[in-house]
Amino acid sequence: MHTRTLAQLVQDLRARRVSATELTQHFLGRIERFAPALNAFVTVTAEQALAQAATADRRLAAGDAPPLAGVPIAHKDIFCTAGVKTSCGSKMLDNFVAPYDATVVERLAAAGAVMLGKTNMDEFAMGSSSETSYYGPVKNPWDHSLVPGGSSGGSAAAVAARLAPAATGTDTGGSIRQPAALSGITGLKPTYGRVSRYGMIAFASSLDHGGVLAQTAEDCALVLEAMAGFDARDSTSLDEPVPPYGKLVNERWDGVTIGVPESFFDDGLEPGTAAAVRAALEDLAKAGAKLKSVELPNMHMSVPAYYVVAPAEASSNLSRYDGIRFGYRSPNADGEDLLTFYMRSRGEGFGAEVKRRILTGTYVLSAGYFDAYYLKAQRVRKLIADDFARAFRECDIVAGPTVPSPAFRIGDKTDDPVQMYLNDIYTIGADLAGLPAISVPCGLVRGLPVGLHLVSPPLTETKLLKTAHYYQRATDWHTRVPAAAEYAR
Amino acid sequence: MSWEIVVGLEIHAQLATKSKIFSGASTQYGAAPNSQASLVDLGYPGVLPVLNGDCVAMAVKFGLATGCTIARRSVFARKNYFYPDLPKGYQISQYELPIVHGGRVEIVLDDGSTKTVRITRAHLEEDAGKSLHEDFAGMSGIDLNRAGTGLLEIVSEPDLRGAAEAGAYMRKIHALVRYLEICDGNMQEGSFRCDANVSVRRVGEAKLGIRAELKNLNSFRFVEKAIEIEAARQIEIIEGGGKVRQETRLYDPDRDETRPMRSKEEANDYRYFPDPDLLPVVIDDALIAGIESTLPELPDEKRARFTEQYGLSAYDAGVLTAQRTLAEYFELVAVKTRAAPKVAANWVMGELTAALNRDGLEIGAARVAAPALAGLLDKIEGGTISGKIAKEVFEALWAGEGTVEEIIAKRGLVQISDSSAIDAFVDQVIAANPAQVEQFRAGKQQVLGFLVGQVMKASKGKANPQQVNEALRKRLPMR
Repeated sequence: MHTRTLAQLVQDLRARRVSATELTQHFLGRIERFAPALNAFVTVTAEQALAQAATADRRLAAGDAPPLAGVPIAHKDIFCTAGVKTSCGSKMLDNFVAPYDATVVERLAAAGAVMLGKTNMDEFAMGSSSETSYYGPVKNPWDHSLVPGGSSGGSAAAVAARLAPAATGTDTGGSIRQPAALSGITGLKPTYGRVSRYGMIAFASSLDHGGVLAQTAEDCALVLEAMAGFDARDSTSLDEPVPPYGKLVNERWDGVTIGVPESFFDDGLEPGTAAAVRAALEDLAKAGAKLKSVELPNMHMSVPAYYVVAPAEASSNLSRYDGIRFGYRSPNADGEDLLTFYMRSRGEGFGAEVKRRILTGTYVLSAGYFDAYYLKAQRVRKLIADDFARAFRECDIVAGPTVPSPAFRIGDKTDDPVQMYLNDIYTIGADLAGLPAISVPCGLVRGLPVGLHLVSPPLTETKLLKTAHYYQRATDWHTRVPAAAEYAR
Repeated sequence: MSWEIVVGLEIHAQLATKSKIFSGASTQYGAAPNSQASLVDLGYPGVLPVLNGDCVAMAVKFGLATGCTIARRSVFARKNYFYPDLPKGYQISQYELPIVHGGRVEIVLDDGSTKTVRITRAHLEEDAGKSLHEDFAGMSGIDLNRAGTGLLEIVSEPDLRGAAEAGAYMRKIHALVRYLEICDGNMQEGSFRCDANVSVRRVGEAKLGIRAELKNLNSFRFVEKAIEIEAARQIEIIEGGGKVRQETRLYDPDRDETRPMRSKEEANDYRYFPDPDLLPVVIDDALIAGIESTLPELPDEKRARFTEQYGLSAYDAGVLTAQRTLAEYFELVAVKTRAAPKVAANWVMGELTAALNRDGLEIGAARVAAPALAGLLDKIEGGTISGKIAKEVFEALWAGEGTVEEIIAKRGLVQISDSSAIDAFVDQVIAANPAQVEQFRAGKQQVLGFLVGQVMKASKGKANPQQVNEALRKRLPMR
């Protein structure tokens, strides 16, 4: 049952081959069995899930079921869920029970999806390995000594181990696509503003994208269709109609021109990954895509620009965690002055990576440095967006590797932030430019999955998903399941 | 050696919108603490600000009324600092690109001349909450009802010379925002308050002196007093050979002094940057034209019209147009009554204002409506009652005793114009005051007033004073 794709499960539920309750119980059973070792979940909401499933069953029986009725999903613990702890992977919010639902949560619930629980993640989504969580590192289902990628590592591990057919994620510098690639699943980050940020705990507002991790591009299309759309509560959300992605991905694919930046295949790219991605591009060409060499001359500046803009916004976004109205308050600050109160509560509530970024962000925004760092980084951001726009005059999609190499060992890069940051070198550009992008499994290197990365112009999710879907109809990499803990059985 | 005091004001006018600038919570004053703070105002994780379009319209209205340039594109920025009554750890404000800039207003000085004061800019921002340090032994209370209320911060150039000009400017802006109905102007509730930048220099000096910023002045009187005290302090320092420090100071009205704020409260690097949660505010010609068409007649225009149309003095017109509602009240009376506009003006500025002040009421809550006052003035004009009796009728009207006619009838206040009745009173008074009669006849003119008064008293104020005067002169020809 758990190896069925989300699209197949939708059909199974409609045809009453399986009930929502059975399906939910099945996945809850798998979560109970496998999730602890993977450390994929922060909270499992079994009771609530079964209640939602019962409702879905009633509606399926009555014949008025919404599109995802009875489909179990998991939410990254960055999305606020009414009455359920929303930790954002941080000690700071370990005691925080959100009083409201994020728009994404609300919309998926309205579409009939059943929430299984909240997935583990890098603290405040700051990380590329899911090691910075207050709740400990998430393990890669392909090899428990490896990281699953991050920050949406819990969501990626859950889908990879088939503990949920799909899970929501967020992507600020690659946090959906990088873990999708390292965990052997499909991860979609839509256009900036396509999915409302309301209720999605902010890391870097101008870069934060809500998205989805699932087995296939078709599954991503179905979930995106339910979660996307204008939201008056988010001023940056796009007031554009939501196409029926789930239906459109199955329409005829007429082939596309795929631009390949040769600079992506330099020494920084691990040879096995390079070979897998080259092979995938050849497969696409055989299927009818035209390959073309393009240039993104400013991409080498994307990581430094990102590590100015993202921490700058984060330093301000995280100021609200002061221990006064909600969240962690130091027990060691009683009777101390205000400054001590702040320093202890924030000093004890935040982990090292979060502090590093708050310090970086505070520095780049401070008087005398603002122009040299923040403004310059914003100019670089513009150059990168212009690079993509220029490339898209010659091609429909820019393709390359998602991550420079397969999953690395837990603890390997924790002492070297720059090495960690370079894991996002291929994904950050699409965040800086706000472009839709997807990672699809395209091979195994020494038994570990690697991803093909596709980027397209704003609001062309349909074309992007169709291309990925077409690739997945021609290949079977996305059906590979890690053997490590016999997840397939 | 004479000194010049140089002042620039930053006025914070709370915008009179129903809901807050970035959330749907009510802005109503005086609710139970924290009962009007939404998740957005509380800075909860995941929530986002959404701009209230009414705030934009009000800022544009102010800009148009002061000849400002309306920015086609303005940007909200975050001003970052930590304080318990600032829930997000930053205040959303406008920094580099304010919504309006480069305007001016005219103020009238004590000598009657006018002066132009330049407005540097006015920008939109959100208010913070309140910290309550009393009533919580050893702790502070936080009330976030005010957090997120829209403010228009109006910044002037350092064009003001001394406390009186600063006071006149502040009153002018106060009148203007109330005219435009963008701020209720209630200073007790903090809806209208200001910071003053004060420096001094020797007369003739071109360079500005080092300034101190006086924070949170919430009455016209405090602004004037604080500036005087602060200027005196700076002059004393310089004359004593010292140097003024650039700093933020607080005015203490109880001790009538200014003193520096603790350095921790001011040593902030606010790290302004554009707020990524909000789009730039884009204003097009159609929006401006739409707002322009709703602009009321402004105080200066109204004042000029009042002097011309009603023949009022500049002073009277100034008093009557200081508040839009007062001006409207006056105009309603002046149009309806047969009495001269000057009489209407005197009554509005005299009896009516006195009664309002006595009962602590706003003009909108006046207990004598404009048509009733116009009717009352008609009775004087028509000779039915005297001006003095009219004051009695006015008080009765105020007390709700009925219409003008009813009160006059009920109290029997109709003026006595029957000459035989008046002659009877006159005879009575002449008989009762032989000494005064003798003085008058001997040429002491002033005594006539006394005799008239006695007749009025005898008639219980109802005799027509003009006729009494004539009757007395006729009966007592001077020798």
